[in-house]
Amino acid sequence: PLLALRVVNLLQERNLLPLGPVTPPTPCLPQDLQKINCHPEVFRSTLTSIPQTQSLLNKAKLPLGLLLHPFKDLSQLPVVTSSTIVRCRSCRTYINPFVTFLDQRRWKCNLCYRVNDVPEEFMYNPVSRSYGEPHKRPEVQNATLEFIAPSEYMLRPPQPAVYLIVLDVSHNAVETGYLDVVCQSLLENINALPGDSRTKIGFITFDSTIHFYNLQEGLSQPQMLIVSDIEDIFLPTPDSLLVNLNECKELVQDLLRSLPQMFGKTMETQCALGPALQAAFKLLSATGGRVSVFQTQLPSLGVGALKSREDPNQRASAKDIQHLSPATDFYKKLALDCSGQQVAVDLFLLSSQYCDLASLGCISRYSAGSVYYYPSYHQQHNPAGVECFQKDLKRYLTRKIGFEAVMRIRCSKGLSIHTFHGNFFVRSTDLLSLPNVNPDAGFAVQMSIEENLVDMQSVSFQAALLYTSSKGERRIRVHTMCLPVVNSLSDIFAGADVQAITCLLASMAVDRSVTASLSDARDAMTNASIDSLTSFRTSVLTIQQPGLLAPACLRLFPLYILALLKQKAFRTGTSTRLDDRVFAMCQLKYQPLAYVMLMIHPALYRVDDLTDEGALNVSERTIPQPRVQQLSVEKLSRDGAFLMDAGSVIYLWIGRNCNPNFLTQVLGLPNYAAVPLNMNMLPELDTAESQRTRVFVGWLREQRPFFPILHVIRDESPLKASFLQNMIEDRTESALSYYEFLLHIQQQVSK
Amino acid sequence: MEAAVFILSLVDCCALIFLAVYFVITLSDLECDYINARACCSKLNRWVVPELVGQALATVLMLVSLHWFVFLLNLPVATWNMYRVWKVPMGNMGVFDPTEIHNRGQLKSHMKESMIKLGFHLLCFFIYLYSMILALIND
Repeated sequence: PLLALRVVNLLQERNLLPLGPVTPPTPCLPQDLQKINCHPEVFRSTLTSIPQTQSLLNKAKLPLGLLLHPFKDLSQLPVVTSSTIVRCRSCRTYINPFVTFLDQRRWKCNLCYRVNDVPEEFMYNPVSRSYGEPHKRPEVQNATLEFIAPSEYMLRPPQPAVYLIVLDVSHNAVETGYLDVVCQSLLENINALPGDSRTKIGFITFDSTIHFYNLQEGLSQPQMLIVSDIEDIFLPTPDSLLVNLNECKELVQDLLRSLPQMFGKTMETQCALGPALQAAFKLLSATGGRVSVFQTQLPSLGVGALKSREDPNQRASAKDIQHLSPATDFYKKLALDCSGQQVAVDLFLLSSQYCDLASLGCISRYSAGSVYYYPSYHQQHNPAGVECFQKDLKRYLTRKIGFEAVMRIRCSKGLSIHTFHGNFFVRSTDLLSLPNVNPDAGFAVQMSIEENLVDMQSVSFQAALLYTSSKGERRIRVHTMCLPVVNSLSDIFAGADVQAITCLLASMAVDRSVTASLSDARDAMTNASIDSLTSFRTSVLTIQQPGLLAPACLRLFPLYILALLKQKAFRTGTSTRLDDRVFAMCQLKYQPLAYVMLMIHPALYRVDDLTDEGALNVSERTIPQPRVQQLSVEKLSRDGAFLMDAGSVIYLWIGRNCNPNFLTQVLGLPNYAAVPLNMNMLPELDTAESQRTRVFVGWLREQRPFFPILHVIRDESPLKASFLQNMIEDRTESALSYYEFLLHIQQQVSK
Repeated sequence: MEAAVFILSLVDCCALIFLAVYFVITLSDLECDYINARACCSKLNRWVVPELVGQALATVLMLVSLHWFVFLLNLPVATWNMYRVWKVPMGNMGVFDPTEIHNRGQLKSHMKESMIKLGFHLLCFFIYLYSMILALIND
């Protein structure tokens, strides 16, 4: 805490970034409680010391909220199979490491403070084979664990894995060549789809009519059934449109091999997405499952048809951006219908023109699906995009999945949740309906303090996710976090988690842009930094010094706010396509914290002088750890090479006078002039420098579930502008530099 | 003639009171988890326009019968109702949107709005009752 409150004068200290990644603050709990507390990658709070009263929170001018990544792929997850799952009788909280045992037979809930009895079965600990020590059981020793749920937790028998692929086969779509990639990827990964012997699969293709495929076992080849009455969609046959994958595998493979050729010569230009989605819903409503929709243009026919709303002249508008909210409620209504029948819709948008993602995205947002966006996808013109699509598809098809899930987030008495962020539907107060849950989705909630938290040393939060695994097992994943309660403003500032605050503010700003206006959202973000620093200055600082003073834990806050203002989602004055902007907003709300931070503030490294000094040793590989640099062209040096990791894309910038050693040993090129304009791969050369660079890039890539494309940038590269746009500390014609922004804040703070 | 106007307004006001009570009960059902967001919002959205019509009717009646004070009392509520319906964004499913009702304290603000309207309609009810009795006596 003392270190966190060290006063930093932002106008004077220029090197604010830590050497490595920014670490979250540790809550000030007793050592034994903090050791078993939930991991910050799974559950994180914006303030690690919770204020005692709402008025204290209001004085701090920082948002209070939680950021969760509940279904994250974990390497170690204790699984408990128990006949009795011990829960509090009144609030139904699962027993967790932060309850208090009054004696061996009674336990006190840490959320509602009710005293419960310990059931007889719980007294026996199967792990240590001892009796009478309930506090040694795994449920009380682990903050993150998974229960196998008995039948009381099932509304219906666990559903099988059901996958429906819906493909756009209009002329536009076939021309991009995406069908080849999707069919190829499905063929390769067909045995790796999560599921068991009951797994079902089906296909629908659409252009101006809807095509179903009869894949009944016994047919010599797949039979296509066309429904042209798109005003009133019906299913042509009652069954065998969704078939058991194992029984009909050859037919499915036949279909996947023949699909690209089937539509190779199509001249259909219309696209009836709405009716196709209605057909998909009809097909899956009996069982639930996952729909993967691939779309390449604006839907033009039938219900849900959209008009082009974007005005290309307004892309670089310095004022408000219009059309950020949906144009029609059709997709939202359909998403809610799907959510009610446990169907999730994932949308893949591969288009070079405006597709009204603001309206289309609703189908995924409220049915707990995900949106993937590949602007200007084309198999010949954009080979890097093709590779990205392939790798993303592989991850999408093979990652873990949970069906018919619900999640409940409980807080200690006195705290309540008032806003939710993420892709799901809030069915009732704090019950989130998630037809599909996947390991790459992040969620956030905002809280308020309804009653003063007096006499409490700590408060707890529990997120319980009840889902059906792909093998048909009903499971409950429980995460519990405990945080201390404080009643002084300086303690609140000491426990502020700047990255969590930034991400929560980003989600709030997206909401504000859609409900009010973009300029409102931008002002609100700037005011967030001004207000919190003013509050620090007036209430916590004892000695008034000149300059812009911030506590060490919030020293990066103005930098992150500036980064958000320059982010594609919120920037004005720079030409931004509307779909790109809306997708950036979707990602800010959907991605877990680590990737959102990379999106907002990319990491810049110098890579032409990588050494093994301070390297990480992971599974026999030595991974160099270069220092993180500030995002300013000041830091770029003409005789070096720099790597910028922006989450979904990696830029490798080569300086004009770059070290020839680097060019030959790592890029395999004789000189700077030989660097091609679009190079996307590091050649595998047998040199130590090449090895180090490739290991470093590989390490960056494997830490995330999506595949970042590598772009090598030189002076005349077309992507140079995108690379320079990430230099947030620099001045541009429409935005302030970091120093100017600090001066602006200081002016407002000193008023 | 006076009495007839007030009898009509009284009946209209009764209907508005019942409607306000229905709104309050449905919203509190949602708060206590007896119904889900979708059911609640579709129930309430059905009655938004009838409420608007009822309130507008009372306002117009007062205007036509030249009772300025009561007209001015009713006018803000009528305009607020119309504004509420007009400013619903295109992507929302009506004034009560099930995807937004649990965000940003919308449930609480809708509840407060309905309670205020209930109080207002009760006040109007007694005004109309008194005026009607006065008119009947004077006839």
